[in-house]
Amino acid sequence: METLAALGDGFWIALTIQNLGLALTGCFLGTIIGALPGLGPSNGVAILIPLAFSLGLPATPALILLTSVYYGAMYGGRISSILLNIPGDEPALMTTLDGYPMARRGQAGEALAISGLASFVGAFFATWGLVFLAPQLVKLALLFGPAEYFALFTLAFATLGGLTSRNQAKSAFAAALGLGIAMIGVDGQTGVPRFTFGEVHFYDGIDFLVAIVGLFAISEVFLFLEHRGEGDKGGDGSKVKLGRIVPPLAMIRQTTGSMTRGTLIGFVAGVLPGAGASLGSFVAYSMEKRIADRKGTFGTGDPRGVAAPEAGNNAAAGGALVPMLALGVPGSGTTAVLLAMLLALNITPGPLLFQQNPDVVWGLIAALFIGNLMLLAMNLPLVGLFVRVLQIPPRFLMPAVAMISFVGIYGISGSTFDLKVMIAFGVMGWVLRKLDVPLVPVILGVLLGDQMEKNLRRAMTISDGDIWALFASPLSITLWSLAIIGFVLPPLVGRYFRPKIADTAKAEGADPD
Amino acid sequence: MRNISDRTFGIAGLLLAALIFWRASIIEESFIQDPLGPKAFPYVIATVLALASAFIVARPDPEPDWPRLGRVIEILFAVAVMVAYAQLLPVAGFVAATSVAAAYLCWRLSTPPVWALVAGITIAVGIYVVFHLILGLSLARGPWGF
Repeated sequence: METLAALGDGFWIALTIQNLGLALTGCFLGTIIGALPGLGPSNGVAILIPLAFSLGLPATPALILLTSVYYGAMYGGRISSILLNIPGDEPALMTTLDGYPMARRGQAGEALAISGLASFVGAFFATWGLVFLAPQLVKLALLFGPAEYFALFTLAFATLGGLTSRNQAKSAFAAALGLGIAMIGVDGQTGVPRFTFGEVHFYDGIDFLVAIVGLFAISEVFLFLEHRGEGDKGGDGSKVKLGRIVPPLAMIRQTTGSMTRGTLIGFVAGVLPGAGASLGSFVAYSMEKRIADRKGTFGTGDPRGVAAPEAGNNAAAGGALVPMLALGVPGSGTTAVLLAMLLALNITPGPLLFQQNPDVVWGLIAALFIGNLMLLAMNLPLVGLFVRVLQIPPRFLMPAVAMISFVGIYGISGSTFDLKVMIAFGVMGWVLRKLDVPLVPVILGVLLGDQMEKNLRRAMTISDGDIWALFASPLSITLWSLAIIGFVLPPLVGRYFRPKIADTAKAEGADPD
Repeated sequence: MRNISDRTFGIAGLLLAALIFWRASIIEESFIQDPLGPKAFPYVIATVLALASAFIVARPDPEPDWPRLGRVIEILFAVAVMVAYAQLLPVAGFVAATSVAAAYLCWRLSTPPVWALVAGITIAVGIYVVFHLILGLSLARGPWGF
């Protein structure tokens, strides 16, 4: 009841003209960002953060804008999956399997409608899950001391690759690289400069927004330059006939079970550290195929094969917000980017956020409910509008994305040095992507490095240098064990879970969620 | 030799780990001191990095799909243009610098030159109108004030 009262207050905050306007803008931009191949939730949110920041939006409105973009992108990803057989972002990969065959049979409109509905169901119930689960997790988090937090951060890194990880050594490499970057600058506790190489600009450390925009957005521009002329990505959305955009009742009834199962699986996958929306949709699809595919129609345009992964990825998007808000440990690329937003606004997520800034948390959650309704309204009748957006060719889109990235970073600091650092991160991101090194652990390392070290040193100060203090409480031992299992298990069992499609070239360079 | 990319990458990682180790060892400690100090965590990071790199060298993935040399040069040119853009932004002002940089990128993404120029100017003016005039974001001012 307490929770519902808090949620009610949240609606008062979210229902101002400004916040409603921001939610609407966010949902609209998000759907476009998700739909455009080459722009996914994480780099879409990444280029918008510096803008929201330099526009001087306060915390709650800024967060409402960006999470609306996040939810919107999850809705939008399916549009190009269904119409063009190109996933707009990684979580939408599974939707191509049955969505595109449906479109080729002239059922594009129905596929879009049923997937839009599935997205709504997934996101709506996951937001309820967030309402009830996050406060419980906060109660648990209040028991955490520095040693437990250190173990929790390790757990987040260890499981970040998740079941879809192909090479754990590369995930570990990426995490260490990110943490190393976070060490640059003056040490907060003793005031000595570290790894600055005498460069004054490095004394404040590297701004994580610069790193994120460089790694995600600028490297994407390089990928497009590399692949220029190899098949026209996008731009032929007009050729597909939409057909009817209202799904027949029978189809809704047929897919109800798929949506329910997809939602449940997706939410759980989202809450677990290091899984994110891609895993949510992968597992939802494979499970659904195992449960419901008796006639072998999956892969040939079965509406249930569209409904399950869409419900799954949207539910996972909501689920991934649980650990991010309650513990301050994001489970996926986009929630890592949202964490960057909070840190940039001087708000530290975690249990204290719920106590000190309940208006931020509950205003945000209420905005998610409102945003969901807006997205449903936008995505059913207005889907034709978004289809038209797909006709913007990347050769105009990518330069615009690059320039907006520059504007955002320049707007924060007005420093050309930061712009150059961003370009350097862009090159690094391109090389790492080519070598199949995941970028999300790098981002997480840059974001969490400081806090991770602070907690470690605080724990050591409390125990007066006794290293065993890290493993002293049952809670920390549990977290350490989970970390070890989470790191060792994927290579052993991953091959049974990992969908084949994730290993193909289509997944290469896809934007992480 | 097969898998040369991953091996090179792993060796680069080992060198980076060594660099971190060395730079951490010469951090000057101040008189304020906690039991762990500013060096310990970088040491841990360097160790993890070294282990991961060694593993990558020992068990490299299949060779990635590197682009032809021409495309690598293409990317290097794009980097050069972006760096020049960053440098010239405060000098030439936002609209002029952005028009040129965006036009260059449009052109390299296979738009005919004249249209690339039109697109570049459109992008620059569009961003200027939306972000500066409507949203009030401060952009670089050049000699002409925009």
